[in-house]
Amino acid sequence: MEKFDILIAGAGVTGGMIARELSRFQLSVCLLEKENDVACGATKANSGIVHGGYDPVPGTLKAKLNTAGVELLFEAAEMLNVPHKRNGSMVCAFAEDENRIIDHLYERGLENGIEGLSVITGDRARELEPELSDKVTKALLVTNSGIVCPYELTIAAVGNAMDNGVELKRNFAISDIAKIGEGFVVSAADGRKVQGKYLINCAGSFADDLAAMVGDKFYQIIPRAGEYMLLDKAEGVRVSRTIFQTPGKEGKGILVTPTNHGNLLTGPTATEVEHGESTETTGAQLAYVQRMGAKSVPGVNFRQVITSFTGVRASVAGGDFIIQMSDKVNGFVHVAGIDSPGLTCCVSIAKYVVDILKNAGVVLTEKENWNGTREDMHAFSKMSVEEKNEVIRNNPSYGKIICRCETVTEGEIIAALHKNPVALDLDGVKRRTRSGMGRCQGGFCSSYVMKLIAQHAGMDMTDVTKNGTGSYVLTEKI
Amino acid sequence: MINHDIVIVGGGPAGMAAAVAAYDNGVTDVVILDRDDDLGGILRQCIHNGFGLHKLGQELTGPEYAAVYKAKVEERGITVYKNTMVLDVSQDKVVTATNRDGIMQIQAKAVVLAMGCRERSRGALNTPGTRPAGVFSAGTAQKLINCEGYMVGKKVVILGSGDIGLIMARRMSLEGAKVEAVCEIMPYSGGLTRNIVQCLEDFYIPLYLSTTVAEIHGKKRLEGVTIAQVDENRNVIEETKRYIECDTLLLSVGLIPENELTAQAGIDMDRITSGAIVDENCQTLAEGVFACGNVLHVHDLVDYVSDEAERAGKGAAEYVTKGTNNSEYVNVSAAGGVRYVLPQHIHTQPKEAVSLFMRVGKPYGKVRFTAKCGDTVLASAIRLKAAPGEMEKLVIKTDKFSHITGDITVTLEEM
Repeated sequence: MEKFDILIAGAGVTGGMIARELSRFQLSVCLLEKENDVACGATKANSGIVHGGYDPVPGTLKAKLNTAGVELLFEAAEMLNVPHKRNGSMVCAFAEDENRIIDHLYERGLENGIEGLSVITGDRARELEPELSDKVTKALLVTNSGIVCPYELTIAAVGNAMDNGVELKRNFAISDIAKIGEGFVVSAADGRKVQGKYLINCAGSFADDLAAMVGDKFYQIIPRAGEYMLLDKAEGVRVSRTIFQTPGKEGKGILVTPTNHGNLLTGPTATEVEHGESTETTGAQLAYVQRMGAKSVPGVNFRQVITSFTGVRASVAGGDFIIQMSDKVNGFVHVAGIDSPGLTCCVSIAKYVVDILKNAGVVLTEKENWNGTREDMHAFSKMSVEEKNEVIRNNPSYGKIICRCETVTEGEIIAALHKNPVALDLDGVKRRTRSGMGRCQGGFCSSYVMKLIAQHAGMDMTDVTKNGTGSYVLTEKI
Repeated sequence: MINHDIVIVGGGPAGMAAAVAAYDNGVTDVVILDRDDDLGGILRQCIHNGFGLHKLGQELTGPEYAAVYKAKVEERGITVYKNTMVLDVSQDKVVTATNRDGIMQIQAKAVVLAMGCRERSRGALNTPGTRPAGVFSAGTAQKLINCEGYMVGKKVVILGSGDIGLIMARRMSLEGAKVEAVCEIMPYSGGLTRNIVQCLEDFYIPLYLSTTVAEIHGKKRLEGVTIAQVDENRNVIEETKRYIECDTLLLSVGLIPENELTAQAGIDMDRITSGAIVDENCQTLAEGVFACGNVLHVHDLVDYVSDEAERAGKGAAEYVTKGTNNSEYVNVSAAGGVRYVLPQHIHTQPKEAVSLFMRVGKPYGKVRFTAKCGDTVLASAIRLKAAPGEMEKLVIKTDKFSHITGDITVTLEEM
């Protein structure tokens, strides 16, 4: 049985960033993921916002990690060459009672130590964002916040961790955890077993299941679904900042934001669902997204929707993050209830977890050759014509466009099939390269991409999947 | 930068016919740029028959129809850049493209846009439910089956009764799949009558009108769909919901002209056709840039694509050799039950008879189409029936040209 110092359960943005943080040290680390790829849970389906930090209740772990997390996140995104932008945001009020919430958020932001906040009038808000509704009465202007591509951040964090020695095991659905003298033996549904001295639970909406396996389930995950609509790049210019409505107890309300790739995103709703994999969209909720999105930015043309999707937040009662060494089971670290602003906090959470391990006696000796940077997977698209021609001369596959909606070359797809963590399925290629992410949603490119996957991963065409076991695309060779 | 007289973007039926016509009208320096590894475009995957009855007087398969034009291109020695993707077209007619040899820029004297169309995707429909494998646009499935040689499923529901959906219902049946249903949200089919008979009725496949797919089920691979009838506002009628077990959903829910390059170039478009605004020679509002085929408006028959592309190719050649027609433009617009008419404007002094193409907004019985300028009838035609799926045509003959004194309106009256 393979033995590691540290096991991390779950390769979402939290687990991935903890893996990267731990890869700095002379430790053997293994990341266990139940899906065929990283970033498959809440990480792949959220708003992608780096929140300013005015929202969490002062004194909570969320407030502390958010305040510390914003700069850490932008720094990591920079080093990992992940699309990010400090585009700022606005929280908009539409009525008198909401005006008071704006003042309250401003004060809370000051208390949390957030800089760059100001309260502005509706007219000033419309000067800054001309497409904003004329019904906006007041707004909180936030300048330190931004947007980041959450799945690319996770792919890059895991890839960087792997480049620095971390191991990733996919399709490792944890079915049993046995406490042994010094650590844990973790078993997967398919019979594989690994051993580790410490086990960090980053299992998202399954975190309570894992806690139960070690007999320390003191919280229950309350899965709350959020539905989104993603619109064509033609709509991506409606606003430059992220536009929020005043938050309620359910969450931060429906936002309208540009994405790093130039699309427009609107959502999320907040409905309690059965479990973490209840990621279906519903007619009623999508209609609500549309109505509330139009409330902030009336000009959005919802005929330009290119896809809609649902993410499930792994919330807990109480609302704060639960990040601590288990009281009952030494060596088991809970990282649970990571809902918004979890993405913003992923690096500060990772550093917080490293401190927990340090306090538990883990010796942290830094590697001499740790490299925290990762090459830009979209570098080609940013080059000048001369630079591109130079690349194509050396590698003609960069001259062949596979995805025309997003202008993705064969060379970029082949790179995604060979670069840590390698893409193994269509969704994996899509999240790494954007091939199939555009307006035709893979209509033209998917058959080419399937051929490339088959060729480079050494599998038969009929074994190529959308997102792992069971999601086959082709039934048989004719 | 290299120079060519005429650059044609796209080597499908429109691009090939335009290239041949340009050559035959006196411009021999014509090049075709195509993203695929061979000419033919979407025809390459349309292995069914029914192509060429009008244009070539024989019934051919898609690849056979393409081969006829490919031979004409080759006979003329027209240069074809294959595996070449056009990235940009500018209004001053610089075409930027990439292939395995690198990125090239061509300064053209005239450009013909012939990029074809793409299918509307599931995302654009906003169908609620899960996002499993097994949901394909019909054309994607057609390519996988006919060109790659792989079957995509065993139990199939098809949403949309446009021609590709109908053709694929038959194709899936022939390969041994069970097509459980074809659902059409409208109260009538958008496909050609002959396809409803030959592809559905002959295979006992039920067509449910005013019916849509209301929900998609299944985690990893599609497990089933909920279909439901819709009311006159196309809203789902809850009590008519019913579940159909299937592993495959094919979507044939509309074609969208691929006008990204056109939009990027800042060329004015028609909101209804989603294609460029053109004159009788298929010239867009950017001088020397022409458009034809499905990138201009979605056609029902490839034969008409070839006709239109020949006009565009000839127009481009005349532009290169003789310059522009300097006569005034008059607008051509649709009214009443006519949904759109093309071209959107014509010269007051056209060089030859002008064909107007139109589609109706809903099915009609016997109708008369009329093109009028003021009170003067320029052209008129009676049809025993008219359907949104079938393109109609009126011809303004040369003897009527003196009456083109102002804007033209095309209407229909029920008879």
